Amino acid sequence: MSLAIPDRGWYRAPAGAEKLWIGLALIWCFVMSLMMPFWHFRGKQNSRGEAYAVQPAAFMARTEKFVAANKVGERDGMPIVEPAPGGEAYLAARMWSWYPILKLRQGETYRLHLSALDLNHGFSLQPLNMNFQVLPGYDHVLTLTPTSKGEFTIVCNEFCGIGHDKMIGKILVE
Amino acid sequence: MSYAATLPAPGAPDFQGAVARRCDTTGLSVCLTAERFIKFNAVAAVVFLLLGGIAAILLALTRWQAVHLLRVDWFYRILTFHGLNMLIFWILFFEVAVLYFACTVPLKSRLFSPKVAWLSFAMMLSGAVMVNVVILQGKADVLMTSYLPLLAHPLFYLGIILVAVGTLIGVFNFFATLYVAKRDRTYEGSIPLVTFGALAAAIIAVVTLLHGAIVMIPTFTYSMGWTAQPDPMWYRMIWWGLGHQSQQVNVCAMVAIWYLIANLSTGAKPVNETVCRGAFVLYILFINLASAHHLLVDPGVGATWKIWNTSYAMYLAVLASMIHGFTVPASVEVAMREKGHVKGLFGWVMSAPWRNPAFAGFVLSVLIFGFIGGITGVTLGTQQINIIAHNTLRITGHFHATVVGGTTLAFMAVTYYVIPLIFRRDFIWRGAARLQPWLFGGGILLVSLGMSFAGSLGVPRRDYDIEPAGIFGPAAHLFLGVMGVGAILAVIGLLLFVLLCVGTILFGESNAGRPMADWGTAQAQVGSRAGSLADDHWAMKGTIALTAVFLAAFAVYYFANWKALADVWPVR
Ligand code: HEM
Ligand SMILES: [Cu+2]
Ligand SMILES: [Cu+2]
Repeated sequence: MSLAIPDRGWYRAPAGAEKLWIGLALIWCFVMSLMMPFWHFRGKQNSRGEAYAVQPAAFMARTEKFVAANKVGERDGMPIVEPAPGGEAYLAARMWSWYPILKLRQGETYRLHLSALDLNHGFSLQPLNMNFQVLPGYDHVLTLTPTSKGEFTIVCNEFCGIGHDKMIGKILVE
Repeated sequence: MSYAATLPAPGAPDFQGAVARRCDTTGLSVCLTAERFIKFNAVAAVVFLLLGGIAAILLALTRWQAVHLLRVDWFYRILTFHGLNMLIFWILFFEVAVLYFACTVPLKSRLFSPKVAWLSFAMMLSGAVMVNVVILQGKADVLMTSYLPLLAHPLFYLGIILVAVGTLIGVFNFFATLYVAKRDRTYEGSIPLVTFGALAAAIIAVVTLLHGAIVMIPTFTYSMGWTAQPDPMWYRMIWWGLGHQSQQVNVCAMVAIWYLIANLSTGAKPVNETVCRGAFVLYILFINLASAHHLLVDPGVGATWKIWNTSYAMYLAVLASMIHGFTVPASVEVAMREKGHVKGLFGWVMSAPWRNPAFAGFVLSVLIFGFIGGITGVTLGTQQINIIAHNTLRITGHFHATVVGGTTLAFMAVTYYVIPLIFRRDFIWRGAARLQPWLFGGGILLVSLGMSFAGSLGVPRRDYDIEPAGIFGPAAHLFLGVMGVGAILAVIGLLLFVLLCVGTILFGESNAGRPMADWGTAQAQVGSRAGSLADDHWAMKGTIALTAVFLAAFAVYYFANWKALADVWPVR
């Protein structure tokens, strides 16, 4: 019994059903462990955490440069910016907006640079439900290929102060 | 109660003067110092549970968009309050009580030092009060994780440091007691399984709490303006060394309690001591760096590191939980079959002592933890799948199944023994007590499912209002409503639990001098031919069926998530 001192010589190798279960569970654990490296090489969705150190001010300067060079329009005072297909795109997160609005082309691959100017923010692309962490001081690079068209919404899903729920951005895909 | 029959003959042992008493139910000797501090810590725990529970209903009724109760600043304030009171204070105080029990009573030992126990208790309590006051004053709206560069009042960090160090001191008392018991030979041979599980919990707790100190001390000195700001990513990594590994402490404590209740309520004994202990050892060995689970979509940590630490080196800690998930029900099944309940696969389930709330709570805890908490946890914590789950309500749905439906419910269940045996009062309102685990467990099940489904639709966690996003439709609102209804049930269950405990301690009939009242269930060992199935390694047929269903459910859910992942945009 589990409250009592076990009898001497309690060591017993697993047998019967418990042995079978341990074996099955172990195999399942191996399958799950191998799925990750498998997907890393063969799967299309991975989070490699590619990142570079960057000061918030420097990141904002790069973003402004990117906006100035690629601006194609404006919506409610927020620039709409279309990076070159296959090119670099910048998205700055700050309390409480995503800057700028990005316009991408279906089937093209972009290097999307994400960083925060103040606190942690959460990049949550809806309705796809793809989520990445955005930190100040880190230029987090996602190599992203939009495969569907439409208007996508970026919801902030890391708490960033009182306006957190209103921190909404847009990605347009044509 | 008759399980006393299987315990070491009472009367003989070593009551060190008046420092111990003999339990009238089990015949075990109970160190009076340990008893006093078990009481203090358990009472404090329940007070924090109550505070967290009041916060819980406010939160749930705010996130339920149709009600949307709180103002925005109070929502985040109460969210901070709920996380800390529940996950840290309620759980830690209760765990210290469990440790004090596990190192004394089963070993016929006395607690190492009342002074150290006082110190631990005073530090923990003052830290917790400090944190709560600072939060309610609105000076720490940073949520439980307090990610830098968010900054709270220095007393917030100081309070958390006090709680962590106070707990460490309590854990030290536990280790010292084990050492003294061994040295003074209060027992011969190996420590009992329950103590072994508590030992595993204590070892992990030390590692965990050290992470807490490493991250909180520089944050505190920064908040005082003495040192520079620590790096936000470093903070996340070390903070989760505290935040995640402490969950393994909870799992260990919970599993130890599963074994304890299985034994007390049905007379079950471990089907195989080696296997059960080995599984606890796996927890200790393979839990390091599980903080990776929270950094899977973070910048600056590479894929290799993520994959390796996600699987805690081949998921061997998951293996441990799966082993307990078999041996715990198997031990109950074997005990029931030895009593002659052998009809079919599940005849033993029908005749189990359901009228005992400790048993009902224990079974619900096993099922909710395993089928919901475990399966979702491993899946969401898979490196790539985390992309479609990180920081959505799926995460909150997952851990309300583990630490609430699992650990909290197990702690509640064992309280149905703690109060009669340690406080020596029989429960009042026994009908209500029988209902309580079902209310709480059922409510939390709905909370967890509502959150998980809403999260699958993209609803973020820690989010005051989903309307500004303008994209969440009727289904998301419906699931938040399911969560809200579940929350009402769960909180009623929680309040009932607190009421039962307080009412019993104040007004319950004393059972000093006689065994505790049973719950109108067959006594644990009655009719048992204990040990008669010890050599039949296939006797647990119902458990075999149950675990087969479990594995199938696990595989379906796991691969369904890979499929969902494959449908989103390619990303590297
Ligand atoms: C009485 C039942 C409970 C209900 C109805 C409940 C409900 C909730 C709700 C609605 C949230 C907010 C989710 C969000 O907006 O992100 C939450 C968060 C949380 N709950 Fe509970 N909860 C309960 C019990 C517990 C218990 C017993 C624990 C721990 C032992 C716990 C731990 C947490 C934690 C750690 C968070 C996250 C806080 C954060 O994001 O900072 N809850 N809960
Ligand atoms: Cu934000
Ligand atoms: Cu935010």
